[in-house]
Amino acid sequence: MVSLLDIIGPVMVGPSSSHTAGACRIGLIARALVGGTPDHALVELHGSFARTGVGHGTDRAIAGGLLGYHPDDERLRESLEAATAAGLTIEFKNTTLRGDHHPNTTRITVRCGERQAVLVGSSIGAGRIVITAIDGFPVEISGVYTTLVAVAKDVPGIVASLAGALAEDEVNLATMRVSRRQKGGDAIHIYELDHAPSDAALAQIRALPVIKTVRVVERVA
Amino acid sequence: MYDVLLDAVDTAEREGISLGELALRTEAATGIRTREEVEAGLRRALHVMQHAVERGLVGDLHSVSGLVGGDAHRLAHARGPLANTIFTDALAAALAVQEVNAAMGVIVAAPTAGGAGVLPGTLLGIAKRHPVTEEALVRALATAGLIGAVVAVRASLSGAEGGCQAETGAAAGMAAGAGVELLGGTPRQAMHAVALTMQGTLGLVCDPLGGLVEVPCVYRNATGAAMALAGIEMALAGVEFPIPVDEVIDTMGQIGREMDVRYRETAGGGLAATPTGRRLAKERLVQLKPKKGAGG
Repeated sequence: MVSLLDIIGPVMVGPSSSHTAGACRIGLIARALVGGTPDHALVELHGSFARTGVGHGTDRAIAGGLLGYHPDDERLRESLEAATAAGLTIEFKNTTLRGDHHPNTTRITVRCGERQAVLVGSSIGAGRIVITAIDGFPVEISGVYTTLVAVAKDVPGIVASLAGALAEDEVNLATMRVSRRQKGGDAIHIYELDHAPSDAALAQIRALPVIKTVRVVERVA
Repeated sequence: MYDVLLDAVDTAEREGISLGELALRTEAATGIRTREEVEAGLRRALHVMQHAVERGLVGDLHSVSGLVGGDAHRLAHARGPLANTIFTDALAAALAVQEVNAAMGVIVAAPTAGGAGVLPGTLLGIAKRHPVTEEALVRALATAGLIGAVVAVRASLSGAEGGCQAETGAAAGMAAGAGVELLGGTPRQAMHAVALTMQGTLGLVCDPLGGLVEVPCVYRNATGAAMALAGIEMALAGVEFPIPVDEVIDTMGQIGREMDVRYRETAGGGLAATPTGRRLAKERLVQLKPKKGAGG
């Protein structure tokens, strides 16, 4: 369903809803996966992001997202300088990602202390994005919802435990998806939620014996 | 929202309300956001548009490549035969917003960043010389949103998919319908303004130099606003376009699907492929090559 505010919006720093606003949102999600401003980021730009990204401020938009700036934040213009000041080293590289990717795609590898994450994200038009991979797991995250990202051992009953903890917390699930790289290894659980779970619910989920990591990605759109 | 604009017009007429009012009621009825939330979002968009016009008219901005900037100011101080009219004010405001956009300033994508100057240019150009309330401007944005939603569903709002007719063309259609209601016209007149405007932008290609939202995008927002004003004036005079608006919108979508990829934001054709277009893109993009360590 198309909302009036999708058509008259978003409010954003120019010049391009896909190359600037969308790129910033992908940076914000990379930041959320390590829980704060990273120390180091490798940003690989693919397709149109590589060809016209600099002129569209794609590099500044992604750097701004990594710093926690939203698409309407005027500090995006100076984000590369701000990143240096914040102790964030960013390495940009043009690349051609293997496989089938949208023309506006980036792979971002971030490190924040002990925490690391790799995501692949595409900007699919009008500022909308989709994250297609996290740490090598195929995913599908739009950033329109608060998203719970949990990695757990691939054993029966995990979905029930996770969903149970969220239900007890009265958090409604908008979408859910579980995927794995191989049978019996680890599986990634992606739950798009109507609102963020409480700290108590998160603690309960973290305490589950089979859970390896739990990350909450706040909505970026 | 609606996917047949004629249905929306019929409903608005039956209930004796404007398309903007219908759009607000329809969105509130989905239960995702309250009417107050939607109005607050549109009011914020209006304020950002007003601020962008003011900022751009100062005339000191330069785009990332340095190719555009200062023309809004030039036009606002024009002395030609059309100076000091809604027409020139609308063109200057449209240029102003796009110059802000090209300089990484804050704008409202309406419907996209590349077409973001047309709607504020047209509406605020009118508002400068016509006493209209903020409430009326918010409702006009709702009208524009309803029209844009129909275009999104039936055709496209992306230059990469449908060429510039889907960006500044769609924006001009939205601005025309919204402008008619802002000036007290009926939903049916608004509908004809959309058709009269969009028939004039059919086939418009997306051919930005170097793929950047600068040339011709900035100027095409001004001509888009001019096209919207033409549609508004004809519709308010009672001109009715013989092809139904939904069929005009479908035609835009069809032309977009048949448009060669060179004309869909790839910088492979049109003005981008002219000798000068290629030279400027090369010079400016070389200049933009990131420093060692900062990019690649």
